Amino acid sequence: MSSRIVVDPITRIEGHLRIEAEIKDGRIVDAFSSGTMVRGFELILKGRDPRDAWAFTERACGVCTTVHALASVRCVEDALNIKVPPNAELVRNLMFCAQYLQDHVVHFYHLHALDWVDIVSALEADPKQTSELAQKISRWPKSSVGYFSDLKTRLTGFVESGQLGIFANAYWGHPAYKLPPEVNLIGVAHYLEALEWQKEIVKVHTIFGGKNPHPNYLVGGAPCSFNLDDVGVINAERLAMVGTLFNDAAEFVEQVYLADLMAIAPFYTDWASIGGGLENYMAYGDLPVNGYADVSSFQFPRGVILDRDLSKVHEVDGKDPSQVQEYIPHSWYEYTDGDAAGKHPWVGETKFNYTGPKPPYQQLNVEGKYSWLKTPRWKNRAMEVGPLSRLLVGYASGRKEIQEVVIEALKTLNVPVGALFSTLGRTAARGLETRLIARWAKEFYSQLLDNIRRGDTRTHDATMWDPSTWPAEAKGVGLSEAPRGALAHWIVIKDRKIDNYQLVVPSTWNASPRDAQGQRSAYEEALIGTPVADPKQPLEILRTVHSFDPCIACAVHVYDEHGKTVSRVTVQ
Amino acid sequence: MPDQARTRARTQARTIWQDMQSRGYTRRDFNKLCALLAASAGLEATLLPKVAWALEHKPRPPVLWFHFQECTCCSESFLRASHPLVADILLDNISLDYSQTLQAAAGEQAEAAMRNTMEKYPGQYLMLVEGSIPIEADGVYCCIAGRTALDIVKEAASGAKALVAWGSCASNGCIQAARPNPTGATPLHKIVSGKPIIKVPGCPPIGDIMAAVIVHLLAFDRIPQLDALGRPKAFYSKRVHDTCIRRANYDAGLFVESWDDEGARKGYCLYKMGCRGPTTYNACSVTRWNGGTSYPIQSGHGCIGCSEEKFWDNGPFYQHLPSFPGFGIESTADRIGLVATGVTVAGVAVHAVATNIRKRQEIKGMDAGTQSPEERGK
Repeated sequence: MSSRIVVDPITRIEGHLRIEAEIKDGRIVDAFSSGTMVRGFELILKGRDPRDAWAFTERACGVCTTVHALASVRCVEDALNIKVPPNAELVRNLMFCAQYLQDHVVHFYHLHALDWVDIVSALEADPKQTSELAQKISRWPKSSVGYFSDLKTRLTGFVESGQLGIFANAYWGHPAYKLPPEVNLIGVAHYLEALEWQKEIVKVHTIFGGKNPHPNYLVGGAPCSFNLDDVGVINAERLAMVGTLFNDAAEFVEQVYLADLMAIAPFYTDWASIGGGLENYMAYGDLPVNGYADVSSFQFPRGVILDRDLSKVHEVDGKDPSQVQEYIPHSWYEYTDGDAAGKHPWVGETKFNYTGPKPPYQQLNVEGKYSWLKTPRWKNRAMEVGPLSRLLVGYASGRKEIQEVVIEALKTLNVPVGALFSTLGRTAARGLETRLIARWAKEFYSQLLDNIRRGDTRTHDATMWDPSTWPAEAKGVGLSEAPRGALAHWIVIKDRKIDNYQLVVPSTWNASPRDAQGQRSAYEEALIGTPVADPKQPLEILRTVHSFDPCIACAVHVYDEHGKTVSRVTVQ
Repeated sequence: MPDQARTRARTQARTIWQDMQSRGYTRRDFNKLCALLAASAGLEATLLPKVAWALEHKPRPPVLWFHFQECTCCSESFLRASHPLVADILLDNISLDYSQTLQAAAGEQAEAAMRNTMEKYPGQYLMLVEGSIPIEADGVYCCIAGRTALDIVKEAASGAKALVAWGSCASNGCIQAARPNPTGATPLHKIVSGKPIIKVPGCPPIGDIMAAVIVHLLAFDRIPQLDALGRPKAFYSKRVHDTCIRRANYDAGLFVESWDDEGARKGYCLYKMGCRGPTTYNACSVTRWNGGTSYPIQSGHGCIGCSEEKFWDNGPFYQHLPSFPGFGIESTADRIGLVATGVTVAGVAVHAVATNIRKRQEIKGMDAGTQSPEERGK
């Protein structure tokens, strides 16, 4: 006899996610993932100026800010055949890197760490032993006995204050927490330090894009201009600040994030065989070294791995109508030609069709429709996307740098390659790619300086800026990698306006409901077999779900060509 | 939570000064903090003792932070608040009892934490709202724990001391309320009445301003002075254009004509590239973003007006503002000859006039002496 547990809201994520799970004999035997909020993005985009789409779609998500803007300008540039100058590619790459560095660190410490780090246990830590341990795992300077002693006093005071705030009512003391008090205290220290540090690296966005969250992008290039002889634009002072921010980031990533990851992981190697889920992995790839048009130059290569077979990488084509398709048998939408159809995003179609229970409700009807997320498939197969997929595709594609960091980590943790296919593997992969990103950012930065040194300061190609130069009809795809995985935007432009715009985002791949064949998507599949010691305390569910870094506001949107029509944007 | 900690959790809440003492800060540090808080809240030096008194005597106020139709950019921006000590204070010295972004507990335990605060502190907790509330289809477009956002807002607001509408979503509906607003996305003030609501618009608002609003509430136990639209005067009474770093170029008629042209490389005015600075009330060109690093216009892109109501529907972003009848220096724009064409820009012109009228009222209000915060809060 199984019992159903409901976790809603899943916290420490972006957006509104609900998990319902069937538990039998202390393990999850079935799971249902539901996105419970919808905004109607694609419908709002219809009829607008394609050059504005980046600003609209960027608001899909404020956590993985910038990534939708990037996918958006790329799809418009693809449709209009615009090639951006090398400096613009580099500025975009640097903003991409800054986003990953901030996002992955925040995910690890502020969204995921409390699944592994017991804050209350840290109160029992011995500051001297904590200091010795900290100095053994890293050369990070904040590691003295006094530092940890002060922190412990502060933490004790916080708990004694009687107001536990964000730490109230959590799972402290749960048997699944395995870290010694000293490691927990290091975790608390770096939770606070990371909170301070994360606001620094995003200044790269502020320098090139004016603000963070939601920096500015521009179809045709980058909105900033370079001039070493002017104070009001990107000059030596601004560039020096970018360089310093990336140097500091590399230090933080190596000495804090990776050091902690490698110190915590050995206590949780049982999670290297839990939460594997799907066996197919997809990455669109990103970080072009030789321009977006040259896919072979991407630092993260593009491809699909099927059945965990790392000997073959399958090609992905966003324009092939038979590859990426979205389904809705379990989503609160309807298709004109029946709910069984799959639709390529260029011909995507949706209409709200809420058939769920009337709120307030206790359980969803999982036999029917149960989510605002559609269900994307690649050649009718469910795919996991995200850091693990990127590393696996890179590994299988023979990228030396990627192979080296993966092999080194496996050796350090003394686990086989198969350990990657797990909750722990997913969390480790995120850290390992952050290490790579920190290195690559410095390379992109050097290239930018080289270009400027050679006298190339161009940041924009304006030849197709004026809509009167556009063809009457055009279609484009913009592929990218958000921190959470493969991201793509599809646009159809007619008469210089957006006729159709579709986003298929990472959390739609991972968090979607099952398809018509009953194939589960990544979250649901990964939860199968996850142990749950106490059904009233969903700690283990949080571990596996958080290992994907859910981002649900991104994942839900709708385009409706048969609902209310959007008039052209004329201001009256 | 172990029983021991649970028992301790029931003990008397401590003040900020007590907290600082236990963390090894000196009275001098404390005084510096008070000065910093007062400055960031835009207060006169003579009010400093009041700040110190408040921090010394008050326990951390309970705060519930709700997420509805939003993208979490407001939470992220809040985390970017730049003065480290203030960030510490916000983490340690409000009691953030419900936050889907940061809270350790999930599901029933998270809901219980919220409920506990609502029951224990009726009329005393701050309710912070990020996101709009969908009202079409009986609210099914946003549900949390099986309840609609609409239902949750109404219940939580009834016991709140004051509400803050974070960002443009909660203040004016923002992107999901852009035409055709498929889900009936509605801002907070159209759902809650009879409670003070502070609107902090922007997509997102500047992190330091969000922090300053909290600091103001925390230190003075009352809402800051608000303008006619319910926004803190300190941060929303000046147009981005008024103090823009490129303003001198505007006045001199030096404009960027094309992206990355010679003008762009000299930091000329972005007015012709669609900049909304002249019609946008926000502190971007004074406070700037991310610890004062820059702001959109400084970095080369026009302002998109993200703190103004209906900014998504205010014409394409790269269509420049028409010349509008203003006063003083703005008449320069007429002479420069930016002649608006057709009805497509008429709405923008109306908006521009409206913002100028608002500006005039603002100036008049300042001259005549300002309304009390209580009156403003109504």
